[in-house]
Amino acid sequence: MKKNWRSSALFAYSLAILAFLYLPLLILTLYSFNDSRINAVWTGFTFKWYVALLHNQRVLEALTNSLMIAAVSTFVSTILGTMAALALNRYTYKYKAVINGLLYLPILIPEIVMGLSLLVLFSQTSVPLGKVTLILAHITFCLSFVIITVNARLEGMHKDLEQAASDLYATPWQTFRYITFPLALPGIVAGALIAFTLSIDDFVISFFVAGPNSTTLPLYVYAMVKRGISPEINALSTVLMFATISLIIIAQVLQPQHTSSKKEKE
Amino acid sequence: MRKGKLLVAPAISWLIFFFGVPMLIVIAVSFASRTPYGQVIFNFTLANYQRFLEPLYIRIFVDTVFTALLTTVITFCLGYPLAYCISKLPHKWQQPGLILVMIPFWINFLIRSYAWVVILRSQGLINTLLLKLGWIVQPLPLLYNDYAVMLGMVYALLPFMVLPIYVSIEQLDHRLLEAASDLGAKPFTAFRKVTFPLTLPGVAAGSILVFISSLGMFVVPDVMGGAKSALIGNLIQNQFLSARDWPFGSALSIVLAVLALVLIVLYYKAIQKQEGGANNEEKLA
Amino acid sequence: MKEMVRLQGITKKFGNNLIIPHIDLTIADGEFITLLGPSGCGKTTLLRMIAGLEEPTSGQIFLDNEDVTTFAPYKRDVNMVFQNYALFPHMNVEENIRFGLLMKKVPKEKQNERIDQVLYLTQLEDFRTRRPQQLSGGQQQRVAIARALVNNPKVLLLDEPLGALDYQLRKNLQLELKNLQRGLGLTFVYVTHDQEEALTMSDRIVVMNAGRIEQDSTPDNIYHNPSSKFVAQFIGESNFFDLDKENVLAIRPEKLNICEEEEENFLHPLPEYYGTVVDVVFYGTIDKVFVRLDNSNQTVVAYQYFDDVKRWSPDERVGIWWYPQDAVSVKP
Repeated sequence: MKKNWRSSALFAYSLAILAFLYLPLLILTLYSFNDSRINAVWTGFTFKWYVALLHNQRVLEALTNSLMIAAVSTFVSTILGTMAALALNRYTYKYKAVINGLLYLPILIPEIVMGLSLLVLFSQTSVPLGKVTLILAHITFCLSFVIITVNARLEGMHKDLEQAASDLYATPWQTFRYITFPLALPGIVAGALIAFTLSIDDFVISFFVAGPNSTTLPLYVYAMVKRGISPEINALSTVLMFATISLIIIAQVLQPQHTSSKKEKE
Repeated sequence: MRKGKLLVAPAISWLIFFFGVPMLIVIAVSFASRTPYGQVIFNFTLANYQRFLEPLYIRIFVDTVFTALLTTVITFCLGYPLAYCISKLPHKWQQPGLILVMIPFWINFLIRSYAWVVILRSQGLINTLLLKLGWIVQPLPLLYNDYAVMLGMVYALLPFMVLPIYVSIEQLDHRLLEAASDLGAKPFTAFRKVTFPLTLPGVAAGSILVFISSLGMFVVPDVMGGAKSALIGNLIQNQFLSARDWPFGSALSIVLAVLALVLIVLYYKAIQKQEGGANNEEKLA
Repeated sequence: MKEMVRLQGITKKFGNNLIIPHIDLTIADGEFITLLGPSGCGKTTLLRMIAGLEEPTSGQIFLDNEDVTTFAPYKRDVNMVFQNYALFPHMNVEENIRFGLLMKKVPKEKQNERIDQVLYLTQLEDFRTRRPQQLSGGQQQRVAIARALVNNPKVLLLDEPLGALDYQLRKNLQLELKNLQRGLGLTFVYVTHDQEEALTMSDRIVVMNAGRIEQDSTPDNIYHNPSSKFVAQFIGESNFFDLDKENVLAIRPEKLNICEEEEENFLHPLPEYYGTVVDVVFYGTIDKVFVRLDNSNQTVVAYQYFDDVKRWSPDERVGIWWYPQDAVSVKP
């Protein structure tokens, strides 16, 4: 990297923006350890807000819900999404552009529209709002992300490999079992992790389709924020943040590295 | 070929049933009316869309679009340098750098907005600090206004802008810049005439993402703008939860969705035109 | 000779594109046959049809007298060496080679025996546990060949296998492949666009152009008796003289001779043309002498060996002559 004032200035500017991105999160984390009830003044380091969370029945319930919903949604969306990605990647068929469009649309349309459309669907079909509707909704928005993630991994796979396997006497199932699946696995796992994260984190869509007895963590946070500041929110938010960060880092580590593989091919 | 259809069928069916069909129902509801108790009656009417055309709602719509535009511009100004910087990092730092920028993207808007609330509110970090230092006597109303909302939006959507631009810069053929330099272009000129134009697709992608997301945003205005904030997102949320006017809410959503779709289609057309030109060159070769 | 592969009435359409209008081809057991032609002529498509990776639009494919036209690749007793090697990245060399044997459920001891054999044959014994990413291009190539050979296929198909390697390595591997084929007595179907490669290795060359077979013969015959201008141009260099609408005379540069314009001692046929030397290019064993003919825009090429009587230089006035038997009449 050329060391001149231009790149130093650029670097400094970028660091500043990065600081801008992280400072609020760090401050939030910091305050979750603040002894004071009225946030801003620092009166001491404590874990008591976290302890309070552990004893908060509503929080535990929301946590259980979030985890359960995320688990089921991840499972279903990963399976359906992987199948779809396999199909998209290896087969060409007539309406490919249309199908592609349909699969990516959920990501592009504002979340609020998807949320309320599901609410409308459930109310018109007289499905009571609750954990089931949450799961159905979560699967819907996770699907497209899983497809993108798995597809990216499949794209990086040489087309020849499956043909070579077939040439070497492997039936389609054997090709899938010995070649396609092992090679696609990191992408599938990454897709699952992303789906899990999106589900745990989701607020907007859950907001519309959750029932009275089915709160998720983000919904609970929202309720608390609306009601007034309690340091427990800081602790809860921090927990959610770090869970998200961990999951994403793991998912990223498993993702194909676009930059380096491109250079290898050259 | 049959196998392909079989594999993709479950996902497609799911999306048709849980995405396509609901959208159709929403469209239907947008042409419906309601009882005083909030029940939907399906008699065809354009009243909801007509209501949208009232000055009050048009005003909100314009405000939303304007906010979205402003957000897009600001995130561009902040995001491009950041993306550029990451792409100039030594190889092994690029993926970590990118992950660093993208992590906030995965943390939901609610928590990120709340973090700003902690900082900006009357008893928040900034005010407490300034009061302690004696620089102010009364807490500043940093929160619950349009600037706070703008700040929150930019903060939430910045990563959306950075990633596509980064991808675009990274795919740039660096030999083009070497050629430019060889032909006498100074660094900034090379940037202006080579790098920037060629990364416009990334800028376009990021801008579309940010703009559409801003349009539909309601968490940020809700948390950081409070009761005063009136963007389309809040309006829609209101119709569905408090006002129980689903037909009107649906009409608003359809307007939003159509706007988003139009932009996406325009974007695809623009991309295809570019790629079409490139493909033709390949064919000639 | 026993027939191993027969392609009968093969056509291939991709969408609305008729890639291969009609091909009939027979390959004998133990033959090293090369499909030679420019990019897009259909040679790879033909190869892949034998492998079962492409289906002919019409026609039949017989393998060892069995109609395999509708058989999937995994049901055919042929193996392919892919252009990009297609080695499984998540397996090491030994596992890659073992794969076909595993799929055919060959008994474990037999597997190991054959793997050892083929590792020896391809000199890969030291690389057993390496992953493909850790190997050089030439080594990867050998693994691809080993992986195919270990299954004792009836026919080995090779799709431009040496394209990505540098000159010296390519030359070495060409020899190795030829020896391997001769030693094992296998049928090799080789695809390449490199005419030198084809001439060196093949028992028989099938020159293809735009989905048709231009000429199907031994390397020697193709070189000395090209049937058309295309073949004459594609294989080696040629000079062409239009005789009339139907006939073109083709003469190889090494058969084209140069004499001085003012020569008096004609112990050889009279020059047909006169011209001026425009360039002499050094090529190691030969000089390529480019002569611009009078009264036309044509420039011909003649090879002069370094120990020839005279070495020419630009601007000299010369005559071009050849022995009648060295010229071939070809279709335009």
